[in-house]
Amino acid sequence: MSTQVTEEPTPVTERARTPLVRITGVKKYFPITRGIIFQKKIGNVHAVDGVDLEIYPGETVGLVGETGCGKSTLARVIMRLYDATDGTIEFDGQDITHLKGGDLREVRRNMQMIFQDPFASLNPRRTVGSIISEPFRLHRTVPKSKIRPEVQELMELVGLNPEHYNRYPHEFSGGQRQRIGVARSLALRPKLIVCDEPVSALDVSIQAQILNLLEDLQGEFNLTYLFIAHDLSVVKHVSDRVAVMYLGKIVELADGVTLYENPKHPYTGALLSAVPIPDPNLAAHKKRIILEGDVPSPIDPPSGCRFHPRCPNAQFPKCKEDEPELERMTSGQLAACHFPLPDRAIMDEGAETTSG
Amino acid sequence: MAEPLLEVRDLKVHFPTDDGLVKAVDGLTFQVMPGETLGVVGESGSGKSVSFLTVMGLITRKQAIIEGEVIFQGQDLLQIPADEMRHIRGARISMIFQDPMTSLHPFYKVGTQISEAIRVHQKASKKEAHDQAVEMLRRVGISKPDERASQYPHEFSGGMRQRAMIAMALSLNPDLLIADEPTTALDVTVQAQILDLIDRLREEFNASVVIITHDLGVVAEHCDHLQVMYAGKIVEYGTADDIYYNPHHPYAWGLLGSITRVDEAQKERLHPIKGLPPSLIFVPPGCAFHPRCPYVFDKCKVDVPELLPSDGHHAAACHLPLADKQRIYAEEVAART
Repeated sequence: MSTQVTEEPTPVTERARTPLVRITGVKKYFPITRGIIFQKKIGNVHAVDGVDLEIYPGETVGLVGETGCGKSTLARVIMRLYDATDGTIEFDGQDITHLKGGDLREVRRNMQMIFQDPFASLNPRRTVGSIISEPFRLHRTVPKSKIRPEVQELMELVGLNPEHYNRYPHEFSGGQRQRIGVARSLALRPKLIVCDEPVSALDVSIQAQILNLLEDLQGEFNLTYLFIAHDLSVVKHVSDRVAVMYLGKIVELADGVTLYENPKHPYTGALLSAVPIPDPNLAAHKKRIILEGDVPSPIDPPSGCRFHPRCPNAQFPKCKEDEPELERMTSGQLAACHFPLPDRAIMDEGAETTSG
Repeated sequence: MAEPLLEVRDLKVHFPTDDGLVKAVDGLTFQVMPGETLGVVGESGSGKSVSFLTVMGLITRKQAIIEGEVIFQGQDLLQIPADEMRHIRGARISMIFQDPMTSLHPFYKVGTQISEAIRVHQKASKKEAHDQAVEMLRRVGISKPDERASQYPHEFSGGMRQRAMIAMALSLNPDLLIADEPTTALDVTVQAQILDLIDRLREEFNASVVIITHDLGVVAEHCDHLQVMYAGKIVEYGTADDIYYNPHHPYAWGLLGSITRVDEAQKERLHPIKGLPPSLIFVPPGCAFHPRCPYVFDKCKVDVPELLPSDGHHAAACHLPLADKQRIYAEEVAART
């Protein structure tokens, strides 16, 4: 993996030149209303506020950020589960921003989602077989008689016992349920799978199994992932490129190694320094950027750079007045910051020599 | 050597159910020294929460068959009557739970909930207890604590709720704080803040801390000793350095191999433990880990391995000879990098 590439994915093939997903200037505001009968709009939650992102076929793009930064909303806008307030979403060269009905269903066949909570995302009153076969019945891609063998093949693929076809979700553990979710998302052989915190509800040992499974499936079916999580170490592990989100905007976009070695946005630096390292000596020597306070309210985001109230490097009045744009940094990635971090700001000098 | 603050000897907690006896904790022996932080690591269903709920007296003989001894400051907590236990619980041993969303009462103001805990155990007027509650909120790093004390839990963010829980748990200056997965529901940034807070308060209040977690990555820099649990037993015990740099049990190897590391140079494949934790009704004979262990041999399927120390502080329950363990682990690490 080279360290200079940023916007474009690392495996450079001709096909990879055209993005599978391209979103431009996407905004999603949720109105806040007051009154019961005569509802009056009194403000907006700026959940996603102007995001450009391209996802190329076969790559994994990671999306990280704290709770409330808009990462799940962005994913749902891409999936067209929410309508964007502004901006365009292109999927496979087609503008899908305003698609409706049958056309939308046609597109949705190629994009599927895996949800965070394997306990809430499976209907407890339906058998595993009926849950996994639902996409077949909705899209009628498989004749009725073939559904059962298809589903059992899927179950085997994700590491479930096909004999458990008639069991109910409560009979499975968290990791197995997440496998059911993966099987369901694979049923229509989609091009894009959006994984919304697929492992954060699982034990570490089970997390690793699911991450490996996702990796294997990507190789086998040439899948493209948009992978959302709040844990940078998980995101970095699976992703070719990582986008860091803060209060509805992407503040940094880089490949995983560059991001770890050379974070430019102070927020990325803070996120990185908060990630626990399973190595007592290394952890003790790590530089820490502790963020004060919580994420500000997206109803009335701070002026200028949205991170300035919590930023340890903020310089006034520039950061408070000027909104920084995503710009190419010397180390190659895109970052939106007036005063980016110096090179290797987080990595400890001794870190590389003492690993393991 | 100083007296241990808490000593658990051969603790067994078995739940009778319609399907059979669930052996949630099956022969647990460990101690917590004054002022130390003990990490308890294991998957869901390894008995880590149940054992500490029993220590707290929250699982009693009404629900389970309990055997063994839990000696806290010279007193066997399993022998004392319930009302005496109520004086100890909260005042001398307190607990923080995993989910700050559900462990605060939504109908009562946060300050009221904290001062209630104070008033149950101390003779204090409402006013005094309230002032004490505000002071505790300030010490756990909540800004404008006097305003916050009169807010309801839903007005707090997840991290702040967990801080409020910690304030409540420490308001009576306990000698032992049990934190059951204190950060699992929280963001990474908040997780770091909360763990640092627990560390700082441990020194300030001179308490011992037990951190229960499923993620070995989280507790590396916070624990003096670690114990790894599997199927209701301790499979490895040692200092943080022992467990992270020289682990002896294949289960600990699997846990370490499962962690995604932000400092890895390139994309590496994870090395998870295959399979699932066993049913606690039908615990496999011999070493409970043997069906998932890649290094299993005949003896493992028959004999239950004992937790044997290899030196003064590091112990593992595994039949593999020590030299083999060191060789295999060195090979595993080499294969990974």
